Amino acid sequence: MTPPPILELRDVRSAYGRIEALKGISLAVNPGEIVTIIGANGAGKSTTLMTICGVVPPTAGEVRYDGEVISGRNPDLLPPRGLCQVPEGRRIFPRLTVEENLNMGAFFRKDQDQIARDMEHAFTLFPVLKERRRQRGGTLSGGEQQMLAIARALMSKPRLLLLDEPSLGLAPLIVKRIFEIVKQINQQDGVTILLVEQNANLALQLATRGYVMETGQVVLEDSAANLLKNPEIRKAYLGE
Amino acid sequence: MTLEYKKIFQKWALGLAWFYLLLWPLMGITPDGLSFAPSLKVWATVAAGTAFFLFIWILKQQGRLDFFSRPAISLGRSVGKAVGALPNKLLAVAAIAALCLPPLFAGRYVLDVSINVMIYVCLGLGLNIVVGLCGLLDLGYIAFYGVGAYTYALLSINYAVPFWLCLPVAAGMAAIAGCIIGYPTLRMRGDYLAIVTLGFGEIVRLILNNWMELTNGPNGILGINAPGVWWPNWADGFTLEHIWLKKLPYLYYVILGLALFTILAVHRLNYSRIGRAWEAIREDETAAELMGVNTFRLKLLAYAMGAVFGGLAGAFFAARMRFVSPNSFLFIESAMVLSMVVLGGMASIPGIILGTLALIALPEFFRDFEQYRMLAFGGAMTIMMLFRPKGLWPAKRLGQRSEESQ
Ligand SMILES: Nc1ncnc2c1ncn2[C@@H]1O[C@H](COP(=O)(O)OP(=O)(O)OP(=O)(O)O)[C@@H](O)[C@H]1O
Ligand SMILES: [Mg+2]
Repeated sequence: MTPPPILELRDVRSAYGRIEALKGISLAVNPGEIVTIIGANGAGKSTTLMTICGVVPPTAGEVRYDGEVISGRNPDLLPPRGLCQVPEGRRIFPRLTVEENLNMGAFFRKDQDQIARDMEHAFTLFPVLKERRRQRGGTLSGGEQQMLAIARALMSKPRLLLLDEPSLGLAPLIVKRIFEIVKQINQQDGVTILLVEQNANLALQLATRGYVMETGQVVLEDSAANLLKNPEIRKAYLGE
Repeated sequence: MTLEYKKIFQKWALGLAWFYLLLWPLMGITPDGLSFAPSLKVWATVAAGTAFFLFIWILKQQGRLDFFSRPAISLGRSVGKAVGALPNKLLAVAAIAALCLPPLFAGRYVLDVSINVMIYVCLGLGLNIVVGLCGLLDLGYIAFYGVGAYTYALLSINYAVPFWLCLPVAAGMAAIAGCIIGYPTLRMRGDYLAIVTLGFGEIVRLILNNWMELTNGPNGILGINAPGVWWPNWADGFTLEHIWLKKLPYLYYVILGLALFTILAVHRLNYSRIGRAWEAIREDETAAELMGVNTFRLKLLAYAMGAVFGGLAGAFFAARMRFVSPNSFLFIESAMVLSMVVLGGMASIPGIILGTLALIALPEFFRDFEQYRMLAFGGAMTIMMLFRPKGLWPAKRLGQRSEESQ
């Protein structure tokens, strides 16, 4: 008896103008899991996340979140329902302070006391942000900006967090630290995670299951352990 | 002389040569033939003036003016500290009290310019919501000013509705106009929006110009009522007497009230949750959307709120001139208001007030130069943007907070 998936994509297609970026994606994420999507540049991973959030409207198929069809809805309706994305390239608000960035994550929330407590929680996860709370987001280092982006999304109290390439452009030590925190968020706070990564090795070590994407399609789906052992995956994505 | 100063002098000489090249065609080519004397005279004055300041600056760099500048700077600092220590409320009250004084002693001319400045402060702050906070380039903002002005003009002429009742109506009409233009266009981003708003500004002006039955076309509308008030009269017992606020000192107080209201409202908006969401949209629209901001609705709100202040200013403008015509709402006015916002410092209220002062008061100052006014004006603006690219008084949010914490 498995519980119904918290997120499910059924044959989802989407396009930028006439160019089809997703050619029928089906995937599912179960509550409590860490699921990863790996694939080469331009495979459509980011597009998948943007389609889930409704920023890129799907042309066919359906996206179900929490048992409800969310495809075709406005993107701003999702964070209040517990689905939040940390987009590729961080996309923090550079001229707002760290604190204001975090407050934007809690934009739709009205419970001021709880927001203050959640901010403290974010500061315990990322102590460096507390030191920089009055500094403009754009003046943070790349690693700090990534932490800010994750903390900002956490401020919305997500049940499902979509993470797009959190390791992008960061030194191995920082990447390790961020992955530890992702694990912590998953295990302690019970947040389900859908992780898009170029760093297939790290992602598969962290995740329970994985999907491999190529040119807008899912070409392989397996448990993370099996994918790590798969010789073709090792050759294509782990550089062997 | 060190190498460093040599470089500066080279630059100065180059700048002067370039300046003369620009100046001569403007002043030297006249209908009576070519002449050099007048342009050389102006050029020599400028050269001497800049040389003087350069000299002082070099002396200061070398530390020879320390005996004077050190105490002056420390005096300035301690005055600044003393003022900073006063509660903000007290400062605000003092500033408002000071602003109430000019009509008691100032002449017509000064009051006239001050009223103009305050009208543009309202416009600048309104446009600032759209451009500075929300990051939407609006090149047709003056249309809302026009809508407000014509709303009051028509209501006053046709139905003799009092000014104070028309204020909210004008604001409402402007907001509706803002929504009408915003609804189809705000899904666009960046440059497209700028072009569309430019077009919209022209459309409004053309409607005002051509709808003869309603607006009397290019001839404009005459005989608009000034604002009126009921004033207690103690002469024989107690009666209320209706007076028209036609005189400049009265009008000064009306627009002062409007400007203060605008400043307060924009300040509150700026630091509200909505203000922060506007700034988030300006910074990264998609990221704001991912954080649960309904970007379309908030952009529409920014547009409507900006229009409201334009409409209020417009109603006052009609009441003050007691005449409106489409010629007051040309594109150049939109450009002017936008320049105030940019020059003063986006999203900074004191900056925009300063920018307005600079752009309204400076041209008055240059009136003696007659036809070179715009040249001097453009030059002054270029120089200001070179030295203060973020505006005369940049917004705190946009920069100073990181320094504050250190
Ligand atoms: N805004 C856009 N407009 C047009 N085409 C786009 C846009 N964004 C992405 N694409 C195209 O869609 C395809 C998938 O892009 P996507 O960003 O989803 O790839 P990705 O798997 O995230 O790659 P990467 O690992 O490099 O981030 C690419 O061919 C890309 O060129
Ligand atoms: Mg990507």
